[in-house]
Amino acid sequence: MEQTENLRLTAARARLMALDMVYTAQSGHPGGSLSAIDIVTLLYGEILRADPKAPDDPDRDRFVLSKGHCTPALYPLLAMKGYFPVADLKTFRAMHSYLSGHPERGYVPGVDMTTGSLGQGISAAVGMALAGKMDGKDYRVYSLLGDGELDEGQVWEAAMAAAKFGLFNLCAIVDVNGLQIDGPTADVMPIEPLDKKFEAFGWHVVKCDGHDFDSLRAAFRAAEQTSDKPTVILASTVKGKGVSFMEHNAGWHGKAPNEEQYHIARAELEAQLVAIEKEVG
Amino acid sequence: MSEKIATRVAYGKALLEFAPEHPELVVLDADLAGSTNAAVFGNAYPDRFFDLGIAEQNMISVAAGLATCGKHVFASSFAMFSTGRAFEQVRTSVALPKLNVTVVGSHGGLSVGEDGPTHQCCEDLATMSILPNMTVLCPCDGFEMRLAVKALLEQNGPAYLRMARLATEQFTDAIPGYTFRIGKGVTLRPGKDVTIAATGMMVSMAMEAAKLLQEQGIDARVLNISTIKPLDRELILQAAKETGCIVTTEEHSVIGGLGAAVASYLSETYPVPVIRHGVPDRFGRSGKAMDVLDYFGLNPQGIVEHVHKALAVKKG
Repeated sequence: MEQTENLRLTAARARLMALDMVYTAQSGHPGGSLSAIDIVTLLYGEILRADPKAPDDPDRDRFVLSKGHCTPALYPLLAMKGYFPVADLKTFRAMHSYLSGHPERGYVPGVDMTTGSLGQGISAAVGMALAGKMDGKDYRVYSLLGDGELDEGQVWEAAMAAAKFGLFNLCAIVDVNGLQIDGPTADVMPIEPLDKKFEAFGWHVVKCDGHDFDSLRAAFRAAEQTSDKPTVILASTVKGKGVSFMEHNAGWHGKAPNEEQYHIARAELEAQLVAIEKEVG
Repeated sequence: MSEKIATRVAYGKALLEFAPEHPELVVLDADLAGSTNAAVFGNAYPDRFFDLGIAEQNMISVAAGLATCGKHVFASSFAMFSTGRAFEQVRTSVALPKLNVTVVGSHGGLSVGEDGPTHQCCEDLATMSILPNMTVLCPCDGFEMRLAVKALLEQNGPAYLRMARLATEQFTDAIPGYTFRIGKGVTLRPGKDVTIAATGMMVSMAMEAAKLLQEQGIDARVLNISTIKPLDRELILQAAKETGCIVTTEEHSVIGGLGAAVASYLSETYPVPVIRHGVPDRFGRSGKAMDVLDYFGLNPQGIVEHVHKALAVKKG
């Protein structure tokens, strides 16, 4: 499927950009960005009704990166979509750059909400979906959370409210990579079973492979079918996906690679891109 | 002097009054809509009112999300919860992105009374003032509350609006031509010996204190400082120059509120003695509101005593 191949190419390029951003800044969060990047690629590639020429269009779909530290997964997609020049990604986290460490509304083009303090983004997304429902608008609101983020009580406050107000226009995606800063989520704060928890909170639950575009696409289509409740997509992912030594390793949550590590990582990601290019032809 | 009305009651009436001309107004509450009077609006405009349950953190961030979609949101709860429990949500979801959300804190100060220190919020003016982009208002009576709600609806940006539980005398409506402007204080009584800068419920007590002082031959100026931030620097500076000493009075900790704002401003511009009258660096206690206020000296006599301290320092 040509569409899917294009998404794979875009995601492979985005992974390289994310790596370059974190390496150049010598700061940032590679692990959760690499696990989330396929989800964000599909969102900006196919799902979101968003036009960089009309970033304030009141009828646009909204995207709230509730796991706000994963800007290396967001900014490359915003840049490739046309919200700002790809060349500016190298200024990520720099003193006079607008590409701040965490997303800031009104500061980073294309960012709908300031996030970074975990748990707040999903609540803001609830507010946006509520406004859409009040005004009879047909836009949809998407919010990406981490599984570690679900430790925050505010997430479950938001989950109750979204169900109470029947926010069918809200779709949360959880990047279930199984790791948080201090280690496996199962050890730091057991959060499973997520499907049963969200169901009990009144949500429509869809599971998918967060690195398989066909699986992800089917999940988003299922989310659009609901008419009375919010949807959560539980996307199984691998933290650090694409860089062998970062995969399944909590230590790469918020650490920049050194020069040697960077070159190894870049070679791996470049090889993946070349392989996809060959496959696509 | 006219009717007795709590500022929280005036708040509910004001929302109702201004709702038709402000279709962007949306009101949220966290299971205290009856107490905060948000329910007065909610009953009339059920499509523009949402009760978020006992979940203040979510309420504030939901308010922020609504505001990004063009709504002007008033989100209320007891001051302790809307500004305390949800402090970081106010900071990061509302103040940082400069959204049109007014955080409303009812039952501010000690006059919550019987509920005791868990519910007596004497920190809100400090915690809200410290946030960049915030406007912080503490109207002195029901009439001024109405004007404050109107002014907030006509301006953009994050704000905090403090209101009180107790019904108190409404008096600003009886002052000819009384106007309220955000960032502007009002001279309620001229005077040359000392200035009493008061906010909220302490304003009427400051007027009482001025009468007591008059009997002692002391001519006290009284300012109503209903905007804690941005402070009316011009009015404060003029008072410092013309009366040579200032007593601040507030139903709030002496740390971080009106007293701190006046003292820090004057120390950098025109140092004169500034004596802070308010809640000392202690938690409140349970009791009838007036008893608790008296226990902490938050009464006209307490203001008079602080004026004498100020005059003593001024004389040197």
